[in-house]
This record gives sequence, structure tokens and C-alpha cells, in this order.
Amino acid sequence: MENAATVVASSDAVAKRLKKRYAAERRFKALGFGAIALALGFLAILLVTILSNGLTAFVQTHVRLDVTFDAETLGVDPVKPSSDALASANYGGVIKNALGKAFPDVSGGQRRQLYKLVSTGADLPLRDMLMANPGLLGTTTSVWLTAGADVDMAMKGHVGREPGVEGNRLTDAQLGWLADLEKRGAVSKKFNTTLFTTGDSREPEQAGLWGAVVGSFFSLSITLLVCFPLGVATSVYLEEFAPKNKWTDLIEVNINNLAAVPSVVFGLLGLAIFLNFFGMPRSAPLVGGLVLALISLPTIIIAGRAAMKAVPPSIREAALGLGASKLQMVTDHVLPLSMPGILTGTILGMAHALGETAPLLMIGMVAFIVDIPASPMDPSAVLPVQVYLWADSPERAFVERTSAAIMVLLFFLAMMNLAAIMLRKKFERRW
Amino acid sequence: MNAIPLTDTRLAKVAARDVNVFYGQKHALKHVDLDIRANDVTALIGPSGCGKSTFLRCINRMNDLIENAQVTGALTLDGDNVYDKNVDVVQLRARVGMVFQKPNPFPKSIYDNVAYGPRIHGMARDQAELDEIVMGSLEKAGLLAEVKDRLEESGTGLSGGQQQRLCIARAIAVAPEVILMDEPCSALDPIATAKVEELIDELRENFTIVIVTHSMQQAARVSQRTAFFHLGELVEVGDTEQIFTNPQHPLTQGYITGRFG
Repeated sequence: MENAATVVASSDAVAKRLKKRYAAERRFKALGFGAIALALGFLAILLVTILSNGLTAFVQTHVRLDVTFDAETLGVDPVKPSSDALASANYGGVIKNALGKAFPDVSGGQRRQLYKLVSTGADLPLRDMLMANPGLLGTTTSVWLTAGADVDMAMKGHVGREPGVEGNRLTDAQLGWLADLEKRGAVSKKFNTTLFTTGDSREPEQAGLWGAVVGSFFSLSITLLVCFPLGVATSVYLEEFAPKNKWTDLIEVNINNLAAVPSVVFGLLGLAIFLNFFGMPRSAPLVGGLVLALISLPTIIIAGRAAMKAVPPSIREAALGLGASKLQMVTDHVLPLSMPGILTGTILGMAHALGETAPLLMIGMVAFIVDIPASPMDPSAVLPVQVYLWADSPERAFVERTSAAIMVLLFFLAMMNLAAIMLRKKFERRW
Repeated sequence: MNAIPLTDTRLAKVAARDVNVFYGQKHALKHVDLDIRANDVTALIGPSGCGKSTFLRCINRMNDLIENAQVTGALTLDGDNVYDKNVDVVQLRARVGMVFQKPNPFPKSIYDNVAYGPRIHGMARDQAELDEIVMGSLEKAGLLAEVKDRLEESGTGLSGGQQQRLCIARAIAVAPEVILMDEPCSALDPIATAKVEELIDELRENFTIVIVTHSMQQAARVSQRTAFFHLGELVEVGDTEQIFTNPQHPLTQGYITGRFG
């Protein structure tokens, strides 16, 4: 009897313990789920904020005007204008005339306000039009011109259109003309090609990302060219050839430490070495790429070594046992097998480099640069620095452009990750 | 027993004289004198950590790969010391092939697995010759019938026993003189083991084989000569039949009757 009682008691205790164990497991799972949900929530908030702020930047308000290419206003010879004269002609005057014709009863001081409806950079497309087709001289054409940034903001609803509302920079008269133009069907939002074709500008409606995209491309190309061969060679040497002693231990510790050095320090190093000592050009993607290479190198070396460590030693033994030299063992077996890991590490390093801002500020890549760089030696901006510059600009229209720039940056990051995944898949199939 | 002089290569394909191996401070192999006869299967038996694998890896200098391993003494292949400074270790390993404990095919096609050795040693002048070597090696390893329709498939997709025979085919494709086998059947099931053992017996015709094994039955089945190691020393070596029926040393007797091990 007593025996049976202890059995029951102990099985009771067992059941209790079991219950506790399962409860602990459930709690742990719930915590994990909660953590993921929280992370996804923050991600969603981030994306929604960026999208809601930035999506409107991909369209741009345009105003349709009947533009007369009048030789007298342009200041060119009406019969046979030289292309030099056409290039430097007064297209701003043409636009002013067109605006005056659209609102004939506006006069005097109010005219200056009227001209602000259209972007100050709207004359460039007119020049291109006329230079491409000089026959337009003397004729009148209906043209969609980029609207001023304040008109754009009002049309997109980012600021109120009632007079006196906070943030509204349009006068009552300007709002009246805008409403008038709308009634005539002469206001429309079109895809913002400027954003993807031009460099930076002080005027939000004329500012584009292309300069920064090209700059980032040049920088990352330099980074990849320097980093990948150097990083792979270093990890091969350290992992497969170097003797294991105090010196290689020291090197390994230092490489790990380098990966943790704040990137701004690398920027200062680049400033001291590349700019001051070697006298390389300031603000150039060449220097930016070299500095980013310094930052990415430890990441690539560490990832490369980890990938090579993951190749089973039995593969090395098999190759060596067949009489392969150590180099053949590495190039025929270890490297191909670890390539997916090395590529992942490299692309992670490159993605890191693409988003890096602080070190580039140190080497002068924060300058305001309008021209699209033609080579890695030309001064240029890069995407994250462009985000930084635009975020710093006071105009309301730069807020949406900042978000648009972030979207473009994230798009490139996503593309890089996709490329990494596809490359890995390809390599994995082959082996 | 060890009266055969070092220079007489008629009988001893591989001859060890006073071979010592140190792993740092650890004296792993002590004063080993052993002759391995051509076209024999020599089994190395003994409890774990007795130095039999260490000795095996001395013959093709795989011990070189281990940090701070040091080998002293003389180990000759056809009368030439393999630890001589002039010996090219790559050439040596082409002459002394190795099959490992766990099947370790390259993650490449079956064909490329076998073709790798001949390729790096430049043994084939054209594709036809390479095909011939690959097919011949697979045939000799008794694998051709099973894989001839899927030579382009990955070697890692084969069963364990097939993988080990693929590794044997890969080893014999470089036409070695000696094949070292380090517990080649320890990861295989009994049927695959039987096939590999059968194969070892056939390979004896063309190769000198040294096999490390934990299975005394296997040593008895496949080998002509058996060497018993204990705590880094070679205790006894002799014809397999004699070792298993009439061991001279009490340690050997204790081990083969299962009193320790």
C-alpha cells in the first residue's frame, strides 16, 4: 500500500514538473513570437513612413503654357540663328511672356509673383527643344513646364491651399492663378524624370539623384575591385597557408578589432593618407571607394575565413591524398566550396559600404555637386550623403525627396541582396 | 623478423626502421620497425590511440599537415626514404594513395571525382584517355555497373558503400603502388563492408595495401600480414594466420581474444 502511494505521489510530482516544463516552453515561444512581431511592426512603421512621405516625389506638377519662341525676346537672329546663340538665349524671358499672356491683367509688382509659378529651371527643356528643332523659332507651341516647388507642394496637398495656412508659401494672388490654371486644365502631375536624370540642385523641383547614383556606383566598383581580391587572398593565406603561431594570432585579433572600429575613424585615416599624403582629389569616388574598402575588408576576410573553415577537412585530405598541391587543393576544392559564403560576406560588406555616410563626410564627399561624375576621379555625391544633404535642407519639397532617395537606396540594397541569393543558388546547384 | 636489410626492396615495398612520431611533447609512435610486403594486404590492428593510424599516415606523409608533428627514423618506399629532403610530397602521394575512414567524395560529379587525380597529374593526353582511366578505375572498384548511366550525377548522392568504393576508384585512378586504408569500413553497413572487403582482395593483385581496422574479423578476412600496435609500440607482426591462431606476445593474445581493447 505504502509503495503504491509513493508511486502516485511521485507521478504527481512528475506531472507537475512536466506541466512546468511545458509552460516554460510556451512562455519562451511567446517571447520569441513577440520579439519578431515587434521587429516587423517597427519595420512596417518605417516603410509606411517612408512611402507616405516619399511616394509623391516620383511625380512632379507641371503647368501647360503656350510658349512663343519669339526671336526678339530670345535675342537671336530670326533667320539663321547660330547654335551658340540658341544655347545662351533668353528662354526665361519666353516663359515670362507666356505667363503674361496667360494672365494678361496681371501687371507691375504682381508679375514677379506670377513668374514664381514656374520653376526657374524650366528654361532648360525649352532650350533643348529649340536646339533639337530650330524650325520652332517664331512659332507658338503648347509646352508642359515644371512648376515651382511651392506650387508642387500645394498641388500634392503637403501644405494647405487656404491662404494663411501654416507652411503655405503662396500668396493669395498666386493661389488664385493656380486655381485658374487648374480650371483651364493646364495643371497636371507627371512622372518626375528629373529625379532620375539630373544631379543635385538648390531648387527642389530641379534636384535629382542620378549624380549620387553614379557616384555610389563608382565608389562601390572601386571598393569591390580592391576588397574582393585582397580579402579573399588574405583569408586563403590565413586559413590555409599561414602557420598557427603568436603572430598569426595577433593578426587575427587585429582583423577582428578592425571590423569594430567606428567608420568615421577610417574616414579620418583616408583623409590623412589618400588626400593629404597621396594628394588624391577631394570628394572623388576613387577615394570614397578606397575608404569604403578599408571598412569592408575586415568583414570580407572574416566571412571568407568562416566559409573556408566550414569546408570539411576530409575534402582537403582527399585532395592532398591524391597528390594535389596545397594551391590546387585551395583553387579546386576549398575556394569553390566556400564561394557562396565568401560572396554572401562580400555582398553584406558592400551593402554596408553602400549605406556608409560618416567616413565620406571626412573626405569631402558632402560637397554640393550638380554635375554627373564622368569618372571616379570627378567630384561626386553618393546616395546616403545625398539623403543626408536633402534631409538637412529646409524646403518642404526636400522632405519628400529625402524619402524618395531613401527608397532608391533601399531598392539598391534589396537588389544587391537578391543578387547575392541568386549567385549562391547558382553555385550551390553546381556543386 | 626485421632481419630484412633496408636496401632489400624485393620483399619490403615499405620499410620502417626506428620510426618515431611526436605530436608536440607526446611520443605517439615509438621505435617502430616494420616491413610491408609488395602485393600483400597488411592489417594494422590495436586499441584506439595505439598509433596505427599515425603509422599509416607516415607512409604518405599526411602527418605533415598536423601542426608540430615530428617524424624521426627511416621510412622507405622501394628503398628511398620518403622523409628525405628531396622527396616531393606531391609525387609521393601519387605513388601512395589513401582511402579514409569516412567516405569523402568531392561534391562534384562521379566522373570528375575519379578524373581529378589523373587531371592534376597530367596522366591523360586527351578526353578519350581520361575516359578510359575513369571507366577502368570504376570497373576495378566494382562500381561501374552501378553508376555508368549517371556519371554526371554528384558523387555525394551515392550510398555510403558506393561512396567509399568511389573513393577507392578515385585513389586507384592515379595508379598508385601502395594504397593506405584508414578504417575504410567503419562507416558502412555489413553488406557494403563485404563488398569493400571483396574489392580489397581483388586489388591485392595490382597494389600493395595497408589497412587500419578495428575489426579483428576484418583483419583476419582480408589480410595476409597483421601488425599489432599497443600504446605507440609495435608489439607483434606476422602472418595473419599465425597472429590469430598462435600469437607470441601476451598482449596480442589478450587483444585478439577480447580481454581488452
